[in-house]
Amino acid sequence: MRAILLLAGVLAGCTGVWNDPYPASDRGRNILYSAFTERPKHLDPVQSYTEDEAQFTQQVYEPPLQYHYLKRPYELVPLTASEMPQATRGRDGRTTVYTIRIRPGIRYQPHPAFVPGNLALSPERIAALASPYALPLGTRELTADDYIYEIKRLASPRLQSPILGLMADKIVGLADLAQRLRKFDTRRQDWLDLRKHRLEGVEKVDEYTYRVRLKEPYPQFLYWLAMPFFAPMPWEADRFFQQPGMAEKNFTLDWWPVGTGAYMLTENNPNARMVLERNPNFRGEPYPEEGAPGDAGAGLLADAGKPMPFVDRVVYSREKEGIPYWNKFLQGYYDAAGIPSDTFDQAVRVSVGGDVSLTPEMEAKGIRLRTSIDPSIFYLGVNWLDPVVGGDTPRARKLRHALAIAVDWEEFISIFLNGRGRVAQDPMAPGIFGQRTGAEGIDPVTHVWRNGRAERRPIGEAKQLLAEAGYPDGRDAKTGAPLVLYLDTVGRGPGDKPRFDWWRRQFAKLSVQLEIRDTDWNRFQEKIRKGSQQLYILGWNADYPDPENFLFLLDGPQAKVAHGGENTSNYENPEYDALFEKMKNTANSPERQAIIDRMVGRVRRDAPWIGGFHPVTYSLSHAWLQNGKPNNMARNNLKYLRVDVALRERLRREWNQPVLWPVGLILALLVASAVPAFMSYRRRERKMGSDQHFGGSHA
Amino acid sequence: MLAYIVRRVLYAIPILLVINVITFALFFLVNTPDDMARMQLGTKRVTPEAIAKWKAERGYDKPLFWNGAAAGAGRFTDTIFFEKSVRLFVFDFGRAEDNRDIGNEIRTRMGPSLALAIPVFLVGLAVNITFALGMAFFRATYLDFWGVILCVAMMSISSLFYIIGGQFLVSKLWHLVPISGYAGGLDAAKFLALPVLIGVVGGVGAGSRWYRTLFLEEMGKDYVRTARAKGLAESTVMFRHVLQNALIPILTGVVVVIPLLFMGSLLTESFFGIPGLGSYTIDAIQAQDFAVVRAMVFIGSVLYIVGLLLTDVSYTLVDPRVRLA
Repeated sequence: MRAILLLAGVLAGCTGVWNDPYPASDRGRNILYSAFTERPKHLDPVQSYTEDEAQFTQQVYEPPLQYHYLKRPYELVPLTASEMPQATRGRDGRTTVYTIRIRPGIRYQPHPAFVPGNLALSPERIAALASPYALPLGTRELTADDYIYEIKRLASPRLQSPILGLMADKIVGLADLAQRLRKFDTRRQDWLDLRKHRLEGVEKVDEYTYRVRLKEPYPQFLYWLAMPFFAPMPWEADRFFQQPGMAEKNFTLDWWPVGTGAYMLTENNPNARMVLERNPNFRGEPYPEEGAPGDAGAGLLADAGKPMPFVDRVVYSREKEGIPYWNKFLQGYYDAAGIPSDTFDQAVRVSVGGDVSLTPEMEAKGIRLRTSIDPSIFYLGVNWLDPVVGGDTPRARKLRHALAIAVDWEEFISIFLNGRGRVAQDPMAPGIFGQRTGAEGIDPVTHVWRNGRAERRPIGEAKQLLAEAGYPDGRDAKTGAPLVLYLDTVGRGPGDKPRFDWWRRQFAKLSVQLEIRDTDWNRFQEKIRKGSQQLYILGWNADYPDPENFLFLLDGPQAKVAHGGENTSNYENPEYDALFEKMKNTANSPERQAIIDRMVGRVRRDAPWIGGFHPVTYSLSHAWLQNGKPNNMARNNLKYLRVDVALRERLRREWNQPVLWPVGLILALLVASAVPAFMSYRRRERKMGSDQHFGGSHA
Repeated sequence: MLAYIVRRVLYAIPILLVINVITFALFFLVNTPDDMARMQLGTKRVTPEAIAKWKAERGYDKPLFWNGAAAGAGRFTDTIFFEKSVRLFVFDFGRAEDNRDIGNEIRTRMGPSLALAIPVFLVGLAVNITFALGMAFFRATYLDFWGVILCVAMMSISSLFYIIGGQFLVSKLWHLVPISGYAGGLDAAKFLALPVLIGVVGGVGAGSRWYRTLFLEEMGKDYVRTARAKGLAESTVMFRHVLQNALIPILTGVVVVIPLLFMGSLLTESFFGIPGLGSYTIDAIQAQDFAVVRAMVFIGSVLYIVGLLLTDVSYTLVDPRVRLA
């Protein structure tokens, strides 16, 4: 017992808490603690395209623009740019030109790539390195060349940029550069110095200014300028990591980002933890002085004008499982967390009226709840090429309308998402320009506006539509055969059964049989590619807050089967396509709104999607974490956050006092259970002794 | 014995080759290189050109086993199978699909795996033998009866239950150790205490029952009766004679497991956030990272063969009657 207590004392490190997962030396320091579940695959800004990766890359890399942290709807503001770039007509009269001016005096984080001697290291020296930061560090000023270098990297044959195809269609000369580089870079032994390869559509004006020439008007290009794809890349960093021996040590640009942002990645162990540290060369960007209505009252403007970042260090720990992640948050070892489905009831109460609040347990801990609607949509899609449910015939349209009424998305959200979702009335996510709200925002095919809210149309109307489509009571009026439909979906295991049963019940309301074809992601993708699905469930997470980024999902020229695009429903309607072409290049205005209204009306009439929902994210944060506001468009939020370290230390101590009596009880029980065995042993030994003494009478 | 070991090592080469072929065939039976590319490239804006480029970059644009378009030996060597498999035999594992060096990863992750597996193995062995000896000593008494019941009950409980229950009680309610995480050096102790405890407790049921059976078998042998007839105390019979002779099957049973300790524990590492090789394997399976799966299966096979060889050698050490030729 004494030994165990001694060991416990060592474990506790004389601090009073024993379960602190962080080193004792970190206590009381201005550190933010967070977790990541998926290990990032790419941290190279040219290749990285997921949110898991963005939480690291967007702290380090600074594209010219960013989203305003507080204002909603989302608004682009300059980051390293000195002003918002304006589109001008090119000299040839056809192209569109963006001139981007960056602020002078911005410096890179300390990095070995900026020390000339580090660009010719011996393989032995590299082999002995524990981290690139073990080398002498240097810095230099950010220039326009760095942005140009990064745009050229989109075309590098050694890299896999997900937006190369898209940008090659937009930026003048990018497709040509990609082709030239493919032919040039066949041996792949040396560093590919992109400075020597001209990109026609991107030119340097002066040290702090560059121009990007686009083949056609593309207003959405500004949104791309807020993504790490267009962040600066110093050629020295590319050169540094291309040295022989670097890749064998996992020292690559894909794992060790180099930027001008508020933080620098100093520890990269995607198996256990990633550490971001304050960039000592950061210019001290001021905290926003304006916000959305209500932000001042919520204390989000208390730090207005103060130089950022506020936190010195950010430690991300790998948590693969939800239970440890959640419990460590409750113990105060993570400053913020999402809510796993399993623990939703423990954290949140939903009233009969749908109001959401924290449970008393959470409130007692001072935890705050924030909700935000994701710029995403999950939908039940129809394959337009399918002879039963697809196509622009009155019969198929009525069938789709009937199904759209029957599938009760409100119930789905309530049962499977704990209410964390909003029924989609059109293809666009809430908060995006062009989406109508209130009575004029509902889909009249599926809903009516009653008592100030949208109500799903009664199932009787759906049955009537089904009969008009030629399937009275779910049977073919001509043959009498039951109508059987097929839903392709990606299964996640036995836990999907309730969900599948629910889907069958929705169709059974119309006496329509639903066969669910549960498959893995690869097979599902293959079906979508070939257009062999009938009904399917899929989602889309927006790249930027523009209606174009949702409505293109139904654009005919982007149909999956015919053109390999993102229109997985293969929906094709000339009127819609023409309106889309017009809408995408029109600035937000009443004219654009009118076009969008017509497009949405067309989609509602044709119903290539049988409804869907927009997920709502619930996030929790402790009382000591200040300035947190959900931003679903950008992940460069760490620089805005502030931690009340003293409060965190006090509450952690309060919440995590070791409970020792169960250990004593277990030891006592073990001892008590050994007593009968010991007594039995003694009895037996005595008995054998006496047997021997008396001559072994039993023998 | 040296000749025997050399012969066994040579036998291992075709075995490993066959294992490699089976792994390769099974993996590509359910995954195509296109599937792998899509898995790695994500879900958005994945064009056929991007898939082709990904495959070409990693050598997955070639035929699987036979390249009819090539000439001579190239028909066999210019294939995915040959290019991905041959290097394994010199322990060159290449790069994972996320471009990280697999050899480097294995070297880094071996430490945490061993830090967990060795204490679980040693402490578990000691606890199991002690518990089994106790049950055998008190055979046919209520202590033995309840001991066996306890063992069967513990065997029947899923290891996941021990993990979640242990985390709930020890970490969440009693705040005695961190619920998950890992650190190097001495700091590892506080992270490993609970997983080791759970690993030991989770293995007590099956281990003790097995060892109890071995002890009881030994206790029925003639030499034990002779020892008792000589008037030796039961404790002396148990610890000096039965235990010593039962160690032969115990030893041969555990030696085969020792090399596999390197492979780590899939479930425990995942739940406790221990960055070991078990966790690495699970991640690779989920990510359809063939390079890592192939490397881990190969290492597992090699270690298993080494374990079997060590078992044979250990026979000669503990039983003088056995000679390897």
